[in-house]
Amino acid sequence: MLDSADQSDRIAEILEAHLGLEGPLLPILHAIQEAFGYVPDSAVPQIAAALTLSKAEVHGVISFYHDFRAKPAGRHVLKLCRAESCQTMGADAVADRIKRALGIDWHETTADGRVTLEPVFCLGLCACGPAAMVDGRLVGRCDEGIVAEVAQ
Amino acid sequence: MKIYVPLDSAAVALGADKLVSAIQAEGARRGVTVDVVRNGSRGMIWLEPLVEVVGSEGRLGFGPMTVADVPGLFGDLFAHPKALGLVEELPWMKGQTRLTFARVGVIDPLSLEEYRAHGGLAGLERAKGMTKAEIVAEVTESGLRGRGGAGFPTGIKWKTVSEAPGEQKYIVCNADEGDSATFADRMLMEGDPFTLIEGMAIAGLACGATKGYVYIRSEYPVAIRVMEAAVRIGREAGVLGPVFDMEIRTGAGAYVCGEETSLLNSLEGKRGVVRAKPPLPALQGFLGRPTVVNNVISLASVPVIMARGAAYYKDFGLGRSRGTIPLQIAGNVKHGGLYEVAFGLTLGQIVNEIGGGTATGRPVKAVQVGGPLGAWFPVSLFDTPFGYEEFAGKDGLIGHAGLTIADDTVDMLAMARFAMEFCAIESCGKCTPCRIGSTRGVETLDRLARGDTSAIPLITDLCNTMKAGSLCALGGFTPYPVLSALTHFPDDFVHAKEAAE
Repeated sequence: MLDSADQSDRIAEILEAHLGLEGPLLPILHAIQEAFGYVPDSAVPQIAAALTLSKAEVHGVISFYHDFRAKPAGRHVLKLCRAESCQTMGADAVADRIKRALGIDWHETTADGRVTLEPVFCLGLCACGPAAMVDGRLVGRCDEGIVAEVAQ
Repeated sequence: MKIYVPLDSAAVALGADKLVSAIQAEGARRGVTVDVVRNGSRGMIWLEPLVEVVGSEGRLGFGPMTVADVPGLFGDLFAHPKALGLVEELPWMKGQTRLTFARVGVIDPLSLEEYRAHGGLAGLERAKGMTKAEIVAEVTESGLRGRGGAGFPTGIKWKTVSEAPGEQKYIVCNADEGDSATFADRMLMEGDPFTLIEGMAIAGLACGATKGYVYIRSEYPVAIRVMEAAVRIGREAGVLGPVFDMEIRTGAGAYVCGEETSLLNSLEGKRGVVRAKPPLPALQGFLGRPTVVNNVISLASVPVIMARGAAYYKDFGLGRSRGTIPLQIAGNVKHGGLYEVAFGLTLGQIVNEIGGGTATGRPVKAVQVGGPLGAWFPVSLFDTPFGYEEFAGKDGLIGHAGLTIADDTVDMLAMARFAMEFCAIESCGKCTPCRIGSTRGVETLDRLARGDTSAIPLITDLCNTMKAGSLCALGGFTPYPVLSALTHFPDDFVHAKEAAE
């Protein structure tokens, strides 16, 4: 974990690197989340000042998009597709079994901080569903066996 | 020894990366030099990972491959248990008319030399010798319509931007392909990124735009990586530069950003909220400047139109649906994947003959055409020809040409509820019919599920309000899956009542 001064310096670097872009806010937020695993609240005033936006506007953008987190996720992030094509291949039942195995519901993290479970609406793997993404890695025709991959 | 192993997301999701390691290890063990090329997918997803070995008579296919099948690739190829024969001769490949997807799966996606050798850049070269008006006229004449779903004539949109006054204009590619059952944009970007770049460069010439953006959804990490690499290569080779340059931007998980005005707001760094039209994006789009917003497949179809002429492209299709359409056959289907063909096949031919029916072997009950905002079609409408007007005539839409096939275990009331729930989750909140209507829709369908059939007129009325009063297709089209489920599968809506009694 970076201390707050280091964090602020890193955010300043990210801001500096993106200010030349047209519409820089989303690339900045992605870069901050890439660096820290989430977008810390303390980043909001810093971003707002750099882009001459209000803090409310920056907060509004962060909270609009499903991708941006306000706090760190578990060590693993398991995303399961909930969309129609995967549903026709039994995605709902697979998701129920995975939720039971992990003891959590959507958007929750296991008590030991091991895994965060999130729904996703389509990974473009619609002819080999149910689809999943484990820490950024794509998985087709997944079943509850995927839980073993996030066991550590 | 030259072996193709796809880098396509679907192939990777089914184990392609592990195969590459296994092939290289096996080659090293046998002292055979193996040249592994990561190509796009041929679109036969049920055969992925589909590995191709270059033989004297062509490319031999093997699939679906597992690591255990790898040593066999170094022995008698014809005796290999996963041998499929020459890939080009497979019925799935021979039945298609691949214009937009001609190179996908064939070439190394990041080799500009191979792209050129397979006809790439011929369209751009021709466009360079034409006036803006001539390029626009050629695209208009081809009959190309927006492949993102709306079906608006591409040439007309370009004409508006081309003739609009403005110092700075933009070409924005909508690669926020969020509809379930669609993956054509992803496959094109992963398998032949230079086609999209060339199409955008031609659009730039036609409209006087010097800057382009591709807005790719964050759920597509492979497509983002390949497109970013292709843009770098294109820049180094001078395909992109002062005349026209482009950037790749990543979305952030909001489905509504596939709507063009939401996408523009998102690109500008704002909440992805829908803008009221007018003003049209063509006149006041990105940063308030004239902007073409086109889907990946619309733009990627332009190079072949420019290279071979409008008449050639227009010759395919039926009615006012000209050219080819990359069908994406998905869900519970035996042979799922991408199949590019002229408009005009019937829904039944697509589902039963090409798709081979369901993966589970059970009867097909319903097919949702056009993503989560498309109508569910029963088997009784399987004679509907695939075309914009033909589907509209049956209270449906072709959208981005994705088909979700469901067997007889599907509960259509549950699917209708899901459509409303999805709309409630993804609504941008700008207009009331979508923001509030979707939540009321979930509640009303839950009443139906409890056996309260007095909710049927209410859900119908609510759907009409959403259709007529929403600002964009999210609220406006969510009624399609709901009403089509109710119309074609009424038993699923009253069955709940009987169960309750």
